[in-house]
Amino acid sequence: MKKQSVERLAPWLMTAFFIFLWWLVIVVFGIKNYILPTPLETLQALAKYWSPLLTNGLATLATTLIGFGIAVVIGMILGILVGSSRLAYKALYPLLVAFNSVPKAALIPIFVIWFGAGTLPAIMTAFMLSFFPVVANVATAFATIEPELLEVMRSLGASQRDMTLKVGIPRSLPYFFASLKIAITLAFVGSVIAEIIAGNSGIGNVMLVAGSNFNVPLVFAALVVVGAMGIGMYAIFDFIERRMTGWSARAEITTQQIGGA
Amino acid sequence: MAFIELADVDLAYTTRSTGANTLAVSGANVDIAYGEFVSIVGPSGCGKSTLLKLIAGLMRPSRGNVRVDGHEVQRPLKTVGMAFQNATLLPWRNIRDNVMLPLEIVEPFRSRQKQDREKNHERVEMLLAKVGLSGFADRMPWELSGGMQQRAQLCRALIHEPSILLLDEPFAALDTFTREELWGVLQELWSFRKCTIILITHELREAVFLADTIHIMSARPGHIIKTSKIDLPRPRTLESTFDPEFIDVVHDLRHHIGKGK
Repeated sequence: MKKQSVERLAPWLMTAFFIFLWWLVIVVFGIKNYILPTPLETLQALAKYWSPLLTNGLATLATTLIGFGIAVVIGMILGILVGSSRLAYKALYPLLVAFNSVPKAALIPIFVIWFGAGTLPAIMTAFMLSFFPVVANVATAFATIEPELLEVMRSLGASQRDMTLKVGIPRSLPYFFASLKIAITLAFVGSVIAEIIAGNSGIGNVMLVAGSNFNVPLVFAALVVVGAMGIGMYAIFDFIERRMTGWSARAEITTQQIGGA
Repeated sequence: MAFIELADVDLAYTTRSTGANTLAVSGANVDIAYGEFVSIVGPSGCGKSTLLKLIAGLMRPSRGNVRVDGHEVQRPLKTVGMAFQNATLLPWRNIRDNVMLPLEIVEPFRSRQKQDREKNHERVEMLLAKVGLSGFADRMPWELSGGMQQRAQLCRALIHEPSILLLDEPFAALDTFTREELWGVLQELWSFRKCTIILITHELREAVFLADTIHIMSARPGHIIKTSKIDLPRPRTLESTFDPEFIDVVHDLRHHIGKGK
C-alpha cells in the first residue's frame, strides 16, 4: 500500500481499533451496561433517541457558535491591542492570564445567579473558555513582526493603521485560524459543561437527565454526538485555514497553540 | 553643501533590564553629497546600523545634529528606501505586490493608486527587469532563492523613487558568487536612478567595489576614524577587483580597521 493511502486510512483504523478495545474490555471484564454500554448499545441508543439528540444537539451547536463568535470578535480585538501596544500588553496581559486560570466550571453558578438557568450561562461559559487562545495567538503574531519590516514601514511614514492593516492582520491570519480550531473545541466543552450544571436544554442537559435515569447508553450516545460535532467544526475551520493561509505553510511561520479548560 | 550631514552626533540608549546607559555612537561627523555612493564599514557592533536609523529619522540623536537637505531630521523621512540582510518580503503577497508596498503608503502615489494601476505595474516590471527578475512578478517570495529575494527587496526600496537608499548589509547572508553578481546589479541600479546610497557592510571588497567614499568606524562607541575617496574608474567590473590598484585600496583600508580598536 502507498504511504499516502496509509495516512488517509490511519484515523479510521485507529478509531475502529479504539471501538474494538472498548468492546473487548466490556466482554473480558463482564461490565454491566448501566456502568459502561457496548458500542452497539450506544449505537442503538443513538438510533432510538435520534430526535431529542438532534434537537438538543442543534441547540448546543447554536449556543456554542454564539459563544465562539463573541470570543472570536473580542479575542481578535484584544489580540491586536495587546500585540501592537506595549502599554496595553503590560496593562492587560496579567488580567487575561488570571481570567484564563480561573476554572470556568466554578463561574457557572455565578452566571446562573446573574442570568438565571438556561442558554445564557452556557453561551458565557463557551465564550470564557474559547477567547483566550484567540487573544494569545493574535497577540503573538503581532508581537513577533520582524523589527526590520517595522523599520521599512516606519521609514515610509506608515501610520499605526497602515501597519495593522497591511502587515499585522495578514500576518496574524495563520495564527488566528490555528487558534480557531482550538477555540471551537473549547467552546463545545464550555457549553456542554454549563448545560450539565445549569441547563434546561442542549446535549449536556440530555446527559444529565439520562444519567439520573441510569440510561447510560443514552449518555454515551450524547457524548458521541458532542464528539462528532467537535470533529465536524474542527474540520471546517481546518479547511478554511488551509484555503485562506496557504502561504504560511511554505513561509515557515510557526503558530502557538495555547488553550486551557 | 552636504546633502546629508551628521554633526557631532551621540546616541545613547538605556538597556531596559539593567538600566545602564550605553553609548552606541559618539561624536560622529559625516558629510554626504547628493547622489554620492557611500559605504560605512567597521567592526560588528560599532553602531553602523544606528547611524542609518539616525539618518532615516527612526531614532533621534542624544546630542548633535542630523540634517538632510538642509532640514533637521525630526521624524521618519518618507523619502528613503531601506533594505536589510533579511529580505523581509511579505510572504502573503506576490513579488509585484511586495514591490508595490511603498506606493500604498507614500504620497503622492498613495492617493493615485487606482488611476495609476497600469502605470505602476509597468514601473514594477521595469525595475524587476533591471535586477534580472523579469517574469517573476506573479511568484510568491518562497519560490525565490535568497539572492532573488534580495533583488526584489532592492526593487521595493526603490519603487517610490527615494532620494536616499539605506542598505544595511543587504548581501551579508548570500554566497560569494551571488553577492558579487548583486554588486553589479546595485551599481547598475545606482547609475540609472542616481539616488544617494549609504551601504553598510563589513566586506571591504564590497565597499571598494561600490562606493565613491568609504567611512571607517571605530569600535563602540562608534565614530568615523577615516574617510577615503575611492577614485577607481566606473563602471567597476569583477575583473577589476583583481587589479593591483583595487587590492592596494582594500589593503590600506584593512590596515585602518585594525588600528581603530
